[in-house]
Formats: sequence, structure tokens, C-alpha cells
Amino acid sequence: MAQFFSKSANNIARISMLTGVVLAGTAFFVYTQVARSSYLTGRYVEKQQPVQFSHKHHVGDDGIDCRYCHSTVETTASAGMPSTQTCMNCHSQIWADSPYLEPVRASFRDNKPIEWERVHDLPEFAYFNHSIHVAKGVGCSTCHGQIDNMAAVYQENTLQMEWCLACHREPEKFIRPRSEIYNMQWKDGDLSAPARLDLKSKYKIRTKEMLTSCSVCHR
Amino acid sequence: MKSPERKQNFASLRDQILGRGGKEYWRSIEEFADSPEFEEYVKREYPAHGQEWNDPVTRRSFLKVMGATLAFAGLSGCVIQPPEKIVPRVRDEEDVLPGKPLFFATAMTVGGVATGLLARSYEGRPTKIEGNPEHPGSLGATDTLAQASLLDMYDPDRSQEILFHGTPKTWLNFTTAFRAAVAENGKNGGAGIRILTETVTSPTLQSQLNRLRTELPNMKWVQYEPVNADNAMAGARMAFGSAVNPVYDFERAERVLLLDADIFSGANPRYMADAMKTRHLPEVGEQMSRMYVVETTTSLAGAKADHRLGVKPSEMPEIAKAVAAALGVSGAVSTYTKNAVWVAAMAKDLSEHRGRSLVVAGANQPPIVHALAHAINSALGNVGQTVTYTDPLSPYETNQIDQLRELVSDIDAGLVSMLVILGGNPAYNTPADLKLDLARLNNKVPLRVHLGLYVDETAEICHWHVPAKHYLESWGDARAYDGSVTLTQPLIQPLYGGKGIHEIVQLFFRENFEQTDHDIVKGYWQTQNLRPAAAPAAVATEQRPNGAAPETTAPIQAPPSTPVSSGATTFEDNWRKVVHDGFVPNTALPARSITANSAFLSQQSPAPPSGGLEIAILPDPSVYDGRFSNNGWLQELPNPLTKITWDNVALVSPNTAAALQLNRGNDPDEISGGERGTAFINTYGSNMGADTVKLTYQGAEISKPVPVWISPGQPDDVITIFMGYGRTRAGKIGTGLGYSAFDVQRSDAMNFGYGSVAKTGDKVQIATTQIHFNMEGRDLLRVFDVEVFQATPDKWHQEDFYPKSMYKSAYDEVYSKQYAEHNKWGMTIDLNSCVGCNACVIACQAENNIPVVGKEQVERSREMHWLRIDSYFTGGDVNTPEGMHFQPVLCQQCEQAPCEVVCPVTATVHNPEGLNDMVYNRCVGTRYCSNNCPYKVRRFNFLLYQDWDTPQYKLMRNPEVTIRSRGIMEKCTYCTQRISAVRIEAQKDGRPIADGEILTACQAACPTGAIIFGDMNDPLSKIAQSKKDHRNYNLLNELNTQPRTTYLAGLKNQNREMPDYRPLTLPKSHTPAKKAGDKKAGGSDH
Repeated sequence: MAQFFSKSANNIARISMLTGVVLAGTAFFVYTQVARSSYLTGRYVEKQQPVQFSHKHHVGDDGIDCRYCHSTVETTASAGMPSTQTCMNCHSQIWADSPYLEPVRASFRDNKPIEWERVHDLPEFAYFNHSIHVAKGVGCSTCHGQIDNMAAVYQENTLQMEWCLACHREPEKFIRPRSEIYNMQWKDGDLSAPARLDLKSKYKIRTKEMLTSCSVCHR
Repeated sequence: MKSPERKQNFASLRDQILGRGGKEYWRSIEEFADSPEFEEYVKREYPAHGQEWNDPVTRRSFLKVMGATLAFAGLSGCVIQPPEKIVPRVRDEEDVLPGKPLFFATAMTVGGVATGLLARSYEGRPTKIEGNPEHPGSLGATDTLAQASLLDMYDPDRSQEILFHGTPKTWLNFTTAFRAAVAENGKNGGAGIRILTETVTSPTLQSQLNRLRTELPNMKWVQYEPVNADNAMAGARMAFGSAVNPVYDFERAERVLLLDADIFSGANPRYMADAMKTRHLPEVGEQMSRMYVVETTTSLAGAKADHRLGVKPSEMPEIAKAVAAALGVSGAVSTYTKNAVWVAAMAKDLSEHRGRSLVVAGANQPPIVHALAHAINSALGNVGQTVTYTDPLSPYETNQIDQLRELVSDIDAGLVSMLVILGGNPAYNTPADLKLDLARLNNKVPLRVHLGLYVDETAEICHWHVPAKHYLESWGDARAYDGSVTLTQPLIQPLYGGKGIHEIVQLFFRENFEQTDHDIVKGYWQTQNLRPAAAPAAVATEQRPNGAAPETTAPIQAPPSTPVSSGATTFEDNWRKVVHDGFVPNTALPARSITANSAFLSQQSPAPPSGGLEIAILPDPSVYDGRFSNNGWLQELPNPLTKITWDNVALVSPNTAAALQLNRGNDPDEISGGERGTAFINTYGSNMGADTVKLTYQGAEISKPVPVWISPGQPDDVITIFMGYGRTRAGKIGTGLGYSAFDVQRSDAMNFGYGSVAKTGDKVQIATTQIHFNMEGRDLLRVFDVEVFQATPDKWHQEDFYPKSMYKSAYDEVYSKQYAEHNKWGMTIDLNSCVGCNACVIACQAENNIPVVGKEQVERSREMHWLRIDSYFTGGDVNTPEGMHFQPVLCQQCEQAPCEVVCPVTATVHNPEGLNDMVYNRCVGTRYCSNNCPYKVRRFNFLLYQDWDTPQYKLMRNPEVTIRSRGIMEKCTYCTQRISAVRIEAQKDGRPIADGEILTACQAACPTGAIIFGDMNDPLSKIAQSKKDHRNYNLLNELNTQPRTTYLAGLKNQNREMPDYRPLTLPKSHTPAKKAGDKKAGGSDH
């Protein structure tokens, strides 16, 4: 019986093996890129909110402190979303007739809460606590970006575990003095690396082993 | 397997079981006898079929599933989360911070006695029950019923609508009809009106009903529940001439005699704490109290006793008389000779502790035993020392059973025109001869109204049914065991629109009939003094033994403590303080000075009836009298002694079972049968089979077949049956389980009687966890005789294997440094304090969102409890064993954990604080870790046990703990969420975590302070102290897993003069060998 495969079949086999490896590698690379893409992480995606609230205007132009609305950021896990009453503290006086604010007035009038679209959404098995991060010198803009420049808020970072761990492994690269937590203009370079190391020990930030142990975030 | 020779072994095996000296510690008769099934059983990690899928898996479906698995492998990270909303409040509320729990003081009432509680609330949803540390009846601890009551509140089976003949009606319909009926029936002083309640100790409700009795003088108020204080009150009338409420001070009692009084199963954590406080042995040379128990059915108290005597119910009055005679109670004469030596030695011991001893009679004992107990206490000079007497907590002019009898005769005579049943389930739980069933009520009582949590058996026979408020939804008050007025405040708006009992009674009145229960309760207290001066007899409210109060963020700010004498505080201030604290201070009822008169002894007591077998009826240890039947947590909670779940059985002694040919297989093909010689054995294969019998009690027969269960320690010729099952309308969970003891209970034989059993020839499967996760007879339990231990305490120190570790270098390099610079969490469980009450098991279940799996899954050993309580008998005689001894086993948090090294996806890893973290989101369900765990503490979600759909349960769950899905391994992590919460607060303040600041859920619930948790690096902490105790030992020390959970050996304080004194076997692996005098002597050859 004649040979079933001709001699050239060897080359075809080699090429297809090589192609297989290249394809697998490419597929893996594509997967890693897709997994980190804003398509899957929601990064940079502006969300339409029921009220056209602009952080750029309130924070950037008016200079309202973050904590006026996100009042529990220093005390609880959740930074806290302002109640309608908080909005009405000012808007019963200014822009009291603006059509943009009708949903807010309606909420206050009808005692129906405003339903905001969540922008930063962690999976339910990750337990993030704002208050401890603020206490340890992690500023708002480190995670949330230049909120004072965002007309509509979007997610600045991927919120993936590798992104969390980057800081949990080396917090000294990202922390700032507690006085600058709410400073939107702060850059990591504003403080020298040795000074940040000093801060780390001053704020008693725990070891890398502790900060990267699973039960710190997962329960 | 079917070899005929096996059959012949039957007789020899029976001898083996009944006669031979077996293991020192054994958990079940199967283990005691070393039956082949048992050997086969323990070889498997999970029982036969335990590893199979529920549904048959065809090749096709397998490929489908596998294909899908491959397709999704690696893509699981790509799931786009569904969009979520953030919904803030419209107006801010004071003290409510998102994600921060608030604790509110409230109270739960069982049998009229209130236990003060703190309910944890997340954004208005109660998610966990804790004890109120300041409440005298709780001291911060709870029992299983309080822990599980949370599930009741959210139960989707609760009644949700007002019903009239089964059709929904509005509240307005009801009030209109009700008030019209009141006007109609109230014309002749309400002669036709009857109100039937459970035991009422609520001052507000008593005042409402008393007012109603003045307005409608001919109306009658009847109190009835099956577990009541009738016997105690009748006994008090015999001894004192009036009904009294005895208040015991176990803390001052050095010798305790319990006459069938199971203080450890009752809903009184305070008594449990006090009784075990006297048995703590912090320092060598201190004295430990001694407990004698005479009882029928082995109870938790009997298990914990230093000397236990199992007797027939009919013998109890005789024994009480013998004790009285021996202690010189005037008029007491005894002809009882059976256990004379036992009684004499015990009486001698009691008489040597005058004023420091205590005799307590159980609620199910006849009045004469109670009267004798009072007389004995009086003769021993204990009155005023270890026992005081107060007025009864609820009006007790006549016994509840007599009240019920009068009600029934009125009904039969046609005198009742309107019956209002407020709470309770009398259609189910009344005795057979006084059953309030449809046959009795129909055509006799024209209007029947029912207020209840469920559309249950009673709702079915009533015209109107109104859904009741759960205690977590209502305002109310009740008295604690010592009379302290305790307030119930709601945590949530009624989930199903229920109504409170106060609100229904209010409808009887002409004005203010639509008052809410808040206004009614507050209105009543407005007329009372909310700041009574401290009475000298007031019971001191002490801190509970095992640490500080849980982190309580009381939402209502207490007003600054103004001195009482100033008198400037307004009612509103006082009210806020009382609601905040949960109880009214100094309202413990004052002690009455009365003396017991033993004249009752001269009365001729009626000759006890006689018959065949004696039968005792007890409330079920899990579901009580049946009111908790629809509670999955309690149904699945292993009964503390038999470890049976989802069922009630009839207990028989091994001898009786042999005599009656029970639980022996008669079909040679049956695996449980005599073929293998395993008669008298409850096991076959993986499941437990029990013979069923027709059980006759006082001439009546229980309608359903009754499974029998062999219980070592049960007296011969006595059968114990349990209330609480055989419900026909309990709900999706409780309906149809077990048999009903109320079928046969009679008003003249509420607790004991005579009867017979006849085998039906059928068998049923009973789901018991007694042999699940078995440890194959290793040296796991240590119990010392206190004298032996105290003579040479350091001799018993367990050897440390750390120096021999294979991993020594890794430990020295990495872990020793990490453990030194972080908190080193550890737990110690004091087996001497543990009474096996199961409160920790339910507390763990509630805190950690542990699912209920159902009876069929329990039979496959798939129960999910992270914390189990192993219980062991001691002694070589299966008929009169000692114990049980209890050993709670949870994840031991091994420093060198065998589970971690086998996980292919590192889903279980160590953290620098020494916790063995379980990362659910990484787990792929290989179950290697469980295979490699020597303690068998890992639990696997074989199926989707967690209810993902029922909206009510979503509200109930602890938001701080991940909900696990199918295919995930889970286990205890020392309540890592509680550690995190405290750690974050401490870090924010820049301070170290204080000792006692973190309480694990099991620790917080434990009434006796048996569980100690804390930082072992803090030398002053309780945990560090306990680790130095000579009784401290590791489980399976020879494996060198270095567990962070260790145990303190139990202690028995036996009386050497007692006939049943028995030297305890010493731990086998640590018998000091040749090296006597060496501190760490011990046979390390294991």
C-alpha cells in the first residue's frame, strides 16, 4: 500500500503545530486584553443618571467638599449617597425652579427616592471599606480620578483584583497625607518616595502579607 | 454478605453489646459494638450515595455540562455585572449609617418567661439575635430558640392576610365584625366570651385583661400552654399554701440535686451560666460544685451531672421522699429501698452543705415532688441563700389544665358564644380528652377568632383568623425569670401586616380601641413608676463570664445618667432609657418570706396507677411544643443527645429494646437485620433505620407509627415520647413530620402515664448526625476526675510537637515572624463548661448564612453546620453509661493545615494572623481539602442549598458574609467578618484591639462562657491564660497540625462515697510513662 501521507505532510504538520501555538498564544493575549477592556470592566463609560448632576460643576466650580454629600466616607464602608434632602438644602434656595432639578423636587415632594445608576460596582464577594482607606491616606482621586473634571462620572480604573493588589502590595506608592485626601489636584509625585514611606509607618499601614491576605477583602 | 454464619453471631453480638466493657468513649451504640456496618461507614468520608448526583446523569447530559464548562472556563472573569442602582433615602435618619449595624434591645418570651435580647439591624432589617448583656435573664447569652426565632420572622409561610372562613378580609371588616360581636355578647356581662391565651406575664396585657374583667365581669380569661408551671404551682400550694415562683441562685449552690429538672435545656441562659460558673476552676485548689441528677430521660443536665440516677417516673416521688427523710424533713417517711445507698450518700453530701445546696424539681414532676423539694430546701437552710420565692409571674389562681377543663366543659354545655384565641395553637396542643377540635367547637361556639403567626390547625377551625406580629415586629413587655420587667421593641414594620395581641384585646374597649401596641404599652407604663428604687433583693446584673458586651451601637441615646434622687427626669426620658436598656431596672419581684410546711406529707397520696410500660412525655429539645415546627434551622439542628434531625422518636433503653425485639432486623435480606448480627443497632448502611411501633398511652393510640430509638442511659421499661411533631398545618417545612404526642396526652396524665407498644413491622429512616464525621475512637475527649487532676495538674500537660515539625525551617523563617507581629487569633473551648445546648450551632448558622439542606440530604451526611457538637458516652455498660460529654468541633485553624497543601487552586490559604482563610470565589469544588482534613470540619455544597429566590430570606441574611453557591467548599473562619469589622475600627483609631472586643457568633451565644476567643499574643488576654491551663490540649496532637483551636479537658467532681463512683480513664496518649516527674511526660509513641 502506498504511503498515505506524502513527505510534504511533515512540513504541514510542523506548520500547523506552530500555527496552533501561535493561535493559542494570540487567543490568550486577546483574552487578557478583552478582560481588561472597558467593554468588560466598564472603565471610562459615562452613565446616564436620572438627574444631570455634574461633579465638575459642584466640585470643580463651586468647591464643595466631597464629604458634604458623601458624608459617611470616614466612618463606614460605604461613602454614602446623599439623600434628596441634602440636595434640597441648597436647591430649595438656588436654581429652585430649574427644570433640570424637577426629578429632585419630585423625589422630595413624593417621598420617592432617586434611583441613581451605580458607576463603581464591585462583585458581591469583595468587601470594600471606604473609611479605612481614607484613614490610611488613600485619597479620593487615587481610585476615582479627577472627579472635579467629570461632568458625568465614569469609572477611572478597572476595579479588577490586580488593580487593587497593586496598591495593597505597595501602598507606599499611592498614599498621601491625610490632609490631602480630598485634594483632587494631588499627584503621587507631590510627595517624595521616602516621605511616603514615612507616612506608611506613621499611619501604621500593615504589612504586604496582611494586606494581601484573602480575608482582608473576601469573607 | 448474606452468609448464614453471620446470623448465628447475633446472640454473641447481643452479649457483646449488653455485657462487655467497651470503649472508654463512644458516641453511639454502633460504635460501642463495633458493628461491621459501622466500620464500613467510617471508612467513607461521606456515606454511600453521598457523592452521587441527585439526578441520574446520562452520558449526553454529562457531555453537555462538560462542554459548557469548557466553554466558560477562563471566561468566568468576563461576566459583565448587571447594572445596579443606588437608592439613597429621601430624608436622612438619625443614627442610621449605611452598612453599619444597629443593635436594639428587645425580648423573646417562651412560656411567659422573657429573655432580654439585642437584635442586630442592617438598614432596618434584623439579621441576628444576640443576648442583652445587662438583662438578668440573659447576661448576653441566648438559647437555640431565640437564635432561631429570626428565621420565624421571615418565614414566607407565615399568615399574611386576615381571613374569614378562609377568604381574605380587611382589618376594617374584622374590627367592625369583632366589635359588633363584642357588643352583642357583652350584654350580660360577657358571660359567653372566653379569651384563651398562652401564659401571660406581660404587665400591660394583664392590666388590659383585668380592666376587661371589670367591664365584662362574666367574661373568662383562660391561660393554657402544654409546657406550663401547673405542677410547680400546685407543689408550692402544698408546701406554702400559695403559688410562688422560685428563683434559684445556682451561683451560690455548691451541691445541687436536680429532680428531673433540666436546667440546661430550658430557655433560661442565666441559670445555665450560674450553674456552670461554680464549676470553673481557674486556679488549683479551688472548689468545684457537685451536681446530682435523678431523672428519667437523659437530659443535658443529666449528661453534665457528676452522678446521675436514671429511674422510672413513678419512682421519682419515692426518691424525693427518701431524700426528704434522710435530710430530716419532719413527717417524711420513706419505704424506698431500691437506690438506698445512692440516696444516703447523696443526702449526706447535701447535709454537709447546709445553706449552700439546692434541690430543684422539674416542671414535669408531680406536685408532691415540688413540695418535697421546697421542704428539703427549707430543711437544708437554703431558703434565702440559694433559693428565694416571689409571687408568680402570671396570675395563677388555678392550674392551667383546670382552666382549660372549665373552658371545655363550658363549651360542651353551650355556654360559650365567642371564643377569642390569642396566640397558641390549642387545636393541636391540647390534651386528647380536652382537645379543642372542630368536632367539639362546631355548632357549640358560634364565633371563634384566632390570632396567630400561622394559618395553623387552630386557624383552620376558627371563623376569623388574624395574622399576628412576631416579637421582632411588636411592642410588648413580659417578666424575666426573676420578675424583671422586660420590654419588646419592634425591629421592623410587620412584614405581613400582622397585629399585636394588645391591639386585639384593645378592640374590646369602647374608647381608644384602635390604639397601636406602642401606644398601649407606653400608655400603661405612663401610669407606672419607671424608676423604682433599688430593692435590696434585686438580682445583681453582672457582666457575663466570657468577656465584654458585644459592640452595641444603641440607636436611642440614653439620657445622661441623672441621679435618681433628683427626681427631675420626665417620663419621656425614663421611657427612652428603659426602651434603650430593654428592661425596667429594679423590677425583680421581691422575695417573700414564707416557710414550707410539710404537713402535706401526712395526706394520703392516691395510690399510683400501674400498668405495663411507663411512658414519659417531654417537649422536643429542638422545636419545643411545636410552635417552632416550621423553622428549618431548628428542624435540622441535631437533637443534643440523640443527634436526630427532622423527626421525633420514642426513646427506649437497650434492655427494653431487646425485650421487645425492637430495632433488630427480621428480614435476612435486609442489611440492618440479624443477618449481620447487628440487632439493637439503629444503623444500616449510611442511614439510620428505626422500627416503628403502635404506641398506646393511657388507653389511646398515637395515630401515626412511632419510630423507636435506643437511648443508652434510659431506664428500662420506660419510653419517652416528644411533643412538637405530627403537625398537620405547620407550613411547608413542618407539616407531616413525626408523630403527635398530643394525640394521646390526657389532662390527668400530662407528663407520665402507662401504655404499651406493638411492633408494626415497618421501618423508617431517621436522619441522625450522631455518626457523621466520626473520629474513629481516637483520643479526642479528655475528662479528668477533679481530685486526680488537682493532685498533679502539670502532669497532664500535653506535649508540644512543634520542635519535631517537618516544616520547622519554613515555620521559623516565615510564620514565626508573621505570627509574632500580627494578632494571633486563637480559640479555647472549655469542655468543662460546655453543656451541649446547641446555641452556638444556630448562632453560627444565623451569622454565616448557612443553608438548611433537608432531611434527605442529612441522611447523606451533607448537613452544612460549620460547628457541630460531638457527644460521647463513657463507661463500659451501655445501659448505664456516664455522660454524654460534649465537644464542639469547628475548623481548628491549623497552623500547619493539611487542607491548604492539597488545594489545586489555592482557595484555602493562611493569613498572617493564623486564620485558615476560605476563598469562596476561588473554590472550584475538588473537595481535596475536605478529604485531607483530619477534623472533618469542611462542608461542601453538593447541591444548590441556598435559597436564592425567596425575597424574605434575602432580607434576613448577614450582608457581611458571602452567600455560597453550589460546588463550593465552606467552613468556619472564626467569624472573619467580625474580626475585620473590629480591626477596621481599631485601625482607624490607631489602637490595638482590646481583649474581648471581638466576639465570635458562637462565643457570644454561649450561655456558659465555654468558648474563649482572642489574641494569643496578648499575654494578659483570657485566651493566652487559657492556653497555659494544664487542661489545655489539641485534638489529634500527634498529627502536629498545630491547631489554633484547643480544648480544656472536662472535669468530673465525683463523690467517692457514692456507689456509682467510677475512676475515670485517663488520657491514653498521655499517660505519664517512665519519666515520672518530667513536666512534659507522656507517651509520644502515637
